[in-house]
Amino acid sequence: MSTFEYAPAPESRAVVNLQPSYGLFINGEFVEGTGSSFKTISPATEEVLAEISEASPADVDLAVKAARTAYTRVWSRMSGADRGKYLYRIARILQERAREFAVLETLDNGKPIKESRDVDVPIAAAHFFYHAGWADKLEYAALGPNPRPHGVVGQVIPWNFPMLMLAWKIAPALATGNTVVLKPAETTPLTALLFAEVCQQADLPPGVVNIVTGAGTTGQAIVDHPGVDKIAFTGSTGVGKAIARAIAGTPKKATLELGGKAANIIFDDAPIDQAVEGIINGIFFNQGHVCCAGSRLLVQESIAEEVEARLKRRLQTLRVGDPLDKNTDVGAINSGAQLARITELVAAGVAEGAERWDTGCPLPEKGFWFRPTVFTGVSQTHRIAQEEIFGPVVSMLTFRTPQEAVAKANNTPYGLSAGIWTEKGSRILWMADQLRAGVIWANTFNRFDPTSPFGGYKESGYGREGGRHGLSAYVVTGGPQ
Amino acid sequence: MSRVEVKKTYKLYIGGAFPRSESGRSYEVSDAKGRFLANAAKGSRKDARDAVVAARKAQPGWGRATAYNRGQVLYRVAEVMESRKGQFVEEVRAAEGLTPTRATAAVDAAIDRWVWYAGWSDKYAQVLGGLNPVAGPYFNISAPDATGVVAALAPQESSLLGLVSVLAPIVVSGNTAVVLSSKDRPIPAITLAEALATSDVPGGVINLITGDPAEAAPWLATHRDVNAIDLTGVAGTDLAWGDLERAAADNLKRVRRPALDGLSAIEEDWSVTPTLGRIESFLETKTVWHPKGR
Repeated sequence: MSTFEYAPAPESRAVVNLQPSYGLFINGEFVEGTGSSFKTISPATEEVLAEISEASPADVDLAVKAARTAYTRVWSRMSGADRGKYLYRIARILQERAREFAVLETLDNGKPIKESRDVDVPIAAAHFFYHAGWADKLEYAALGPNPRPHGVVGQVIPWNFPMLMLAWKIAPALATGNTVVLKPAETTPLTALLFAEVCQQADLPPGVVNIVTGAGTTGQAIVDHPGVDKIAFTGSTGVGKAIARAIAGTPKKATLELGGKAANIIFDDAPIDQAVEGIINGIFFNQGHVCCAGSRLLVQESIAEEVEARLKRRLQTLRVGDPLDKNTDVGAINSGAQLARITELVAAGVAEGAERWDTGCPLPEKGFWFRPTVFTGVSQTHRIAQEEIFGPVVSMLTFRTPQEAVAKANNTPYGLSAGIWTEKGSRILWMADQLRAGVIWANTFNRFDPTSPFGGYKESGYGREGGRHGLSAYVVTGGPQ
Repeated sequence: MSRVEVKKTYKLYIGGAFPRSESGRSYEVSDAKGRFLANAAKGSRKDARDAVVAARKAQPGWGRATAYNRGQVLYRVAEVMESRKGQFVEEVRAAEGLTPTRATAAVDAAIDRWVWYAGWSDKYAQVLGGLNPVAGPYFNISAPDATGVVAALAPQESSLLGLVSVLAPIVVSGNTAVVLSSKDRPIPAITLAEALATSDVPGGVINLITGDPAEAAPWLATHRDVNAIDLTGVAGTDLAWGDLERAAADNLKRVRRPALDGLSAIEEDWSVTPTLGRIESFLETKTVWHPKGR
């Protein structure tokens, strides 16, 4: 049977106005940093997009001081209703400029435009809209007596959902009356810098939001700064532990949203076609650069062969390539370093005896790419079943009984998310009770919403983001004012 | 001629049994005026590890018990304590040097605290959880879940009320506990263990270790099978809470810091009615999604 080829359908870059270089956003203005600079590139083409300032500890100090002044003089004195109105403004501007944000995100991150356009940016706007409404209603949120802000919050976010993670961090912090110093990831600073423009357009008081770009040392300067009252971090478990150690014994508090190794569990009564779509969404969404990705596929033994066959067949229809093409399903790996890590872990999987399969699809010559990959014959002790790969690689294991599925699913230091596929309602609820994970998707996967708390058990970190629960990380309660 | 009293050997409480310390050690416990009271078992880090094993073993069953059941079990502890109230008052008086009136008030408050927390067992989930109105055709619910095995340093000064105030909010939600008692005032803790053993608390749900917390606490802070640590009892010891918090980062334990004055740990005022805060410290939020469809 002949197949119809897709015609290229590239989204226009014209909506994005890239500057050759960017400063730091401190006290409402873009300023020159005192540190060095680095380039941010498009991982799909390795094209240099812009020159970015690397904020020095002195720059971070300026940002923290601006945030403190804004907190003391303006933001902490403002009524919740007025804070909320600023957040509503931001939400609206994000919606107005949604396409620009989506294209810029795809350029800088490498994720398919259909994801940045339909997931990242709309949900980021929704986070601001949701939290805007909380700003004058905190006493109804059952956070404890007398909820009040920490003061200055330092926030460090990852490269996998740059704009969405910014929204998850900034919206609740501002709604509860804190001011922020946020560092976007080194490889994906551009949408955060565009967000700084949004703050200007919204007339947000200067210093309420400060954006400092840079790498690990900039992040460390934020964590170590004595003027920062609370840290919110999303990223690797290794760095999360380092932050927990760094703030131990200090007045600082932290919330940490870290790694995962989610089990996606398929029972023999699951609707197989839907489950296969769920498996694919679970691990190939955003190139598998997802902390809650369903990277361990647990399939009941009786249907394992069928699931494997259907999964492989469906994977061959995935379109890997130009992230700006509206038909692209799997985009570029975010960086050369991440590609090296994925390659290393996949090699370890082969060396340890698991069977590797990939789609064999053609890959662009330039940029960082990895074919959708399936490992079968995986045992629980294999590194690919234990370590977070953070790429488009799924490890398939089998089980016979629900008890065995639970034991295998929970056999990890992580506890961020899990998936359950079965038509039996009582089994879903039983499984959900047994699984030690903060987010459980039953007959669906990778759903996110501002009203829904997100965060993990065990070494996936602590604290929740989103919903009423997410607010509690940004307030102190009890005691005298 | 007066009768020669039968004195008791005070032991640890691990897995529902009363073993001596595996180390074979004991230490002298005096009353508030410095008079000899007893030799208490000097728990070792190996005892603490045994207690973690017992707590881990007991956790799934206790965590799966219905909230109604856990509430009744906690209420039963109050009943059993009430029936031994005279003994508790004597021991608290000796340990803390209180007047009979104030010792009685402390014991009353400790018993009432079990009742207070017993009542929370089937309510905190409703207060802290609920449906989330997500923008899509999904049923989405968040509910609190026990963190797992919790290590706790009981307060040094308030030998019974403080201990109960730390312990009850840990176990009410289905966590199991390894508690290091007050170092200098361990007798009421051991008597509490005897009350627990004769109430309906399953063995291993609560484990009590007497001795010097400086010995076992650092090991519990680094222990990979402990999910959370309550540092309340650091106040009044030589332990630096920051060191324990740093050690706890090895497996990202949930840490409840001690009450602080500046950065110095201080003992809380246990007469104040608690908030939900202590229960919340040892809970995870689990959110479940399911599509809606015809």
